[in-house]
Amino acid sequence: MRKLRIIGAACTAAALAATGMAFAQSDGVDHAKADAEFAKFRAEMEDSNPAELFEMKGEELWKAKRGPKNVSLAESCDMGLGIGKLDGAYVKMPRYFADADKVMDAERRIVWCMTEKQGFSFDEIAKRPFASGNYTPDITSLVTFVAGHSRNMKFAVPIKDPKVKEAWEIGKEIAAYRAGPYDFSCNTCHGSDGKRIRMQNLPNLAKPEGAIKGVFGWPGYRMTGGVMLTSQWRMNDCFRQQRFPEPKYASDTVTYLLTYMTATANGQLYKGPGIKR
Amino acid sequence: MADPMKIRAQMKGDVCEIRVLMSHPMETGQRKDADGKTVPAHFIQNLTVALNGKTVVSGQTAGSVSRNPVFGFKVKGAKAGDKVAVSWVDNKGDKRTDETTVA
Repeated sequence: MRKLRIIGAACTAAALAATGMAFAQSDGVDHAKADAEFAKFRAEMEDSNPAELFEMKGEELWKAKRGPKNVSLAESCDMGLGIGKLDGAYVKMPRYFADADKVMDAERRIVWCMTEKQGFSFDEIAKRPFASGNYTPDITSLVTFVAGHSRNMKFAVPIKDPKVKEAWEIGKEIAAYRAGPYDFSCNTCHGSDGKRIRMQNLPNLAKPEGAIKGVFGWPGYRMTGGVMLTSQWRMNDCFRQQRFPEPKYASDTVTYLLTYMTATANGQLYKGPGIKR
Repeated sequence: MADPMKIRAQMKGDVCEIRVLMSHPMETGQRKDADGKTVPAHFIQNLTVALNGKTVVSGQTAGSVSRNPVFGFKVKGAKAGDKVAVSWVDNKGDKRTDETTVA
């Protein structure tokens, strides 16, 4: 009888999944076991993550004198801990930068350094900011390199800073903002426990243990297509999947969302650039 | 020129474990681009691993290997401090050799 009920629940689950909607788990699947299996797979892959290739490329770019002003980022770019200081910088971002008078995530900060210090054109960078096929933008390798310097450190976004706190609050609002043809918000799928789409468990970004799942694997190497992608890309793609207008590259909106997610994950371990299926 | 490889060689007991990450598009020659034109094949064809100058692995690969591939080898008779050199040649004649020391 008990078994039958479980099968019944699984059928309902399948029917709901077919409509493409996220729903609560009541499907008789052992999710803890499935998660453990996936963690094993991830650990195996992390051992030889091609993201390291992009870290190497990023290091080269970071140290090279480039751009119309012919300076290197290593000698000009402050990622929050002082010029050239990278250890632990990534896990302490987004943060407020007085020189730009903005809260910035790592990618946005590097873009700012590239335009302000090296003299690159923002419009040129923003033309094709994300990797596809054999193309990887320099900015992606640079972010991966910087993120690699925070491997095995804990997230510590300076949320006590009123400017960061404000960004966090706005990010929370954006996550709850329902709009678009499907009348979706981020929270529709990522705002409560136990949701999933098909077999993909969805983290609850409002809680620390969910938020860490949203941020810890980025930037990440996606095996499908073999491309290196950043959290800026991830946010952009969320908007696209929601059928929202896509945000401008390196804009406030994306930084606010990343502030909301990353600061909510504060105190938890960042393992470095990740690997995705 | 091709981007550098990332090589790790580590003694695990009396066996040396070598892991190599390569940066290569590994195009099969079967794919078509957005305009419907075939993307020309471009993949690593020959692969060699040398220990202190002596070839210990020699192999051929083809288009079925993924982009930015990872290879792993286990070699007996190596010791810490030995030089490991990995080389590849692709079907366009492009080549690359990188070295590391066994840890």
